[in-house]
Amino acid sequence: MKPGKMSKMLKSGAIWGFIVLELVFFSVAGEFLSLSDKAFMDWENMLLLLKQSAPIGIIAMGMTIVMVNGNIDLSVGATFAIAAIVLLDSMTWPIFAGLGDWVIPVAWLLALTVGTVLGAINGFIVWKTGVDAFIVTLGSMLGYRGIVFMLNGEQPTSHLNWTLVDFAEAEFLGLATASWFLLAVTIVIWFLMAKTVHGRNVYAIGDNREAAVNAGIRVGPHIMINFAIIGFLAALSAVVFYSESGSVNPNDGQLYELWVITAVVLGGTKITGGAGNAIGTFGGVLAIQLLRKGLGHIGADTSTVNLVIGLILIAVLILDRQLNVKGKEELKV
Amino acid sequence: MTDPVLRLEGIVKTFPGVRALDGVSFSVMPGEVHALMGENGAGKSTLMKVLGGIHQPDGGAIYMGNDVVVMAGPLEAKAKGIVFIHQELSLAEELSVAENIYLGELPRKSFGRVDWSTLAEKTNTILKKLNVGFDATTLVGDLSIANQQMVEIARALTVDARAVIFDEPTASLTDAEKSVLFDVIADLKADGVGIIYISHRMEEIFKITDRISVLRDGQYQGTVDTAASNEESVTQMMIGRKLDLSRTVSDHELGEVALEVRGLSCGDLYTDISFEVRRGEVVGFYGLVGAGRTEIAETLFGLRDPSAGKILLNGEEVRISSPADAIARGISLVPEDRKGQGLVLGMNCRDNMTLPQIDDLKAGPFVAEGAEIAIFDQYRDRLDIRTPSWKQQVGNLSGGNQQKIVIGKWLSMHPNVLIVDEPTRGIDVGSKSEIHKLLRELAAQGYAVMVISSEMPEVLHVSDRIVAMYSGQIMRTFTSDEVTEENLIQAISGITPGQAA
Repeated sequence: MKPGKMSKMLKSGAIWGFIVLELVFFSVAGEFLSLSDKAFMDWENMLLLLKQSAPIGIIAMGMTIVMVNGNIDLSVGATFAIAAIVLLDSMTWPIFAGLGDWVIPVAWLLALTVGTVLGAINGFIVWKTGVDAFIVTLGSMLGYRGIVFMLNGEQPTSHLNWTLVDFAEAEFLGLATASWFLLAVTIVIWFLMAKTVHGRNVYAIGDNREAAVNAGIRVGPHIMINFAIIGFLAALSAVVFYSESGSVNPNDGQLYELWVITAVVLGGTKITGGAGNAIGTFGGVLAIQLLRKGLGHIGADTSTVNLVIGLILIAVLILDRQLNVKGKEELKV
Repeated sequence: MTDPVLRLEGIVKTFPGVRALDGVSFSVMPGEVHALMGENGAGKSTLMKVLGGIHQPDGGAIYMGNDVVVMAGPLEAKAKGIVFIHQELSLAEELSVAENIYLGELPRKSFGRVDWSTLAEKTNTILKKLNVGFDATTLVGDLSIANQQMVEIARALTVDARAVIFDEPTASLTDAEKSVLFDVIADLKADGVGIIYISHRMEEIFKITDRISVLRDGQYQGTVDTAASNEESVTQMMIGRKLDLSRTVSDHELGEVALEVRGLSCGDLYTDISFEVRRGEVVGFYGLVGAGRTEIAETLFGLRDPSAGKILLNGEEVRISSPADAIARGISLVPEDRKGQGLVLGMNCRDNMTLPQIDDLKAGPFVAEGAEIAIFDQYRDRLDIRTPSWKQQVGNLSGGNQQKIVIGKWLSMHPNVLIVDEPTRGIDVGSKSEIHKLLRELAAQGYAVMVISSEMPEVLHVSDRIVAMYSGQIMRTFTSDEVTEENLIQAISGITPGQAA
């Protein structure tokens, strides 16, 4: 085995090893601690877990491509909430009254468009001003959340369309609608990043922006496209989730950005850009959801979940750093 | 006979799969400047890390005086009086000179307050010894690179140094700054300090060192007295073969003018630049750092807007607004800083090579990876790029092979004009001559090539004509018959032929 291969293998496979570890741990611990007599690795339970992963997971795919590009988007939670309000509210607008159930695709389209535009605005500002994406989206996180309260007041926006609820609760081949959306988005983003020119350029820009510019890559448009994609996916996540729940609170989606970033980082995406992929992120999303569910399964207080995930995130980054340092020392011979 | 300040005895260091140091032995006498030479990857850096306590040797011993010493870490090495002046500066730009020099050891008063007056006094004593034009309170960020290096040296002088190790200290210095550095080295020498001087630059080695030790592939090749040796024999020790640096005479016909620049200016950076490059010709640009050569290249590549003048490509006036624009017009730049500006180090060889043209290599919405591999294979063979496969990350290749990837990247796009800025910076001697040969071959194949270099032998070797620049202006353009080392040096130092005569 060549030097460096071991650490590389460890790194790319680490998230899946971690997932297996979680499954084993919670299954065994569940035998002793769980109040219910259902096994943790119950098939139904796992399918439910995938479905529950969808809202964070869909956004995380967008975050992966934004972070590989060397940026970050903190405004996704607020975009998620705005898209949800647009979705539910627009179905009650008088001008769409004559559409019947055809209001559903119209409302979807509206919500997705709003999300895409909000994302593109972030991207446009980052591109044209050169201000760090962290700062720009910190501002838009606050600003977009402000819009949520303006649109909504303090009260929840609710509208249940039963056709829509049926669609959202439908199952196909055993998987819920939301799960299908998560899988589809994962595959599309994977293809986008691994196989297309846009994806290749995004990696190049994230790894070495100056070299990318010197190779004639127009950096700005790629950045903006990625922000539009994450805006679209934040809206898609909202659309999938609220089609079923039918009611949005103005605080919904808060802290989503942090969960999403945690999942992406756990999945192996480099915070400085240039490395990461959709499959790893998918693993990161599952790992977090497993942890949340697993801790619940063994009867841990929900408030301990954040503590545990926080500790694990830091542990993963320390491990990653150790592996990287080791790899470097071997190289510098 | 006096004892050496530092003596290495059979030092061995292995890393997984590589024997980085294999029985290295040499000694440094007090008051001696001892050159350590070797190609990149010969083991110099590893040896320095062993001396500095960053790596522990697997075998052999380090002696200071008659005692075996163990460097458990960098602090211990420093405490024993072994001091490093690194190639890359490690200074806090927002802090003053004094704070940088005593970083970590600031003199204190009660309650942990900094004793500023003692600090300034101690610093100025050292600065006086170095004879520099700044004082303790100057912000390091306001200093030139050369003066920042002086700060590093001042920092070294705060301890009672017994051995000072300079790692490529002149890489970014002008000639005037170099001579100040050499004075400082002479002073250290007079104080009986032992000096290890690592450099690729033969000229300096023969000017200031007393003995030369050579490493090759981690093995000690021997030590020679500088006075009894010459460049050729040292090079031979380093590479085991001879480096050809004879003057080029092109034996092919030149084609039409590919690039013409008329009266080009860019603020204070350069003024009224006019030259032309024909197909089949290598035009060398020689001058000191800051003479404006790189800035001209950046303008031609769309990274800098000119304030006046014209650029003509194949006789047609063009305006180049971005690198993408330049590339579309067939202008390619192999930049000065290969790792920072030329390569995406985390990407593999193939992806780096095809980066500027993947937009044209599509099959439907996807990148046509087969076509990419074909391009990579073609240029790997043509340029003799040594890598196990296209999947290798570029960051893992040697400097010479990395440079070939950058050159291959542009050749595969068949450029009208190829600009190469510092073609062999930080590249070992063997790859150097390969790249020189390649540049000549490209000219023979009809490419128009601009070479910017700070190494005179290189410019003399590869160029058909040489443009000598001084302080943003072209002093003179030499044909290869006219040029001599002497008149070239005069031209880049700002001496016009009339004055010299």
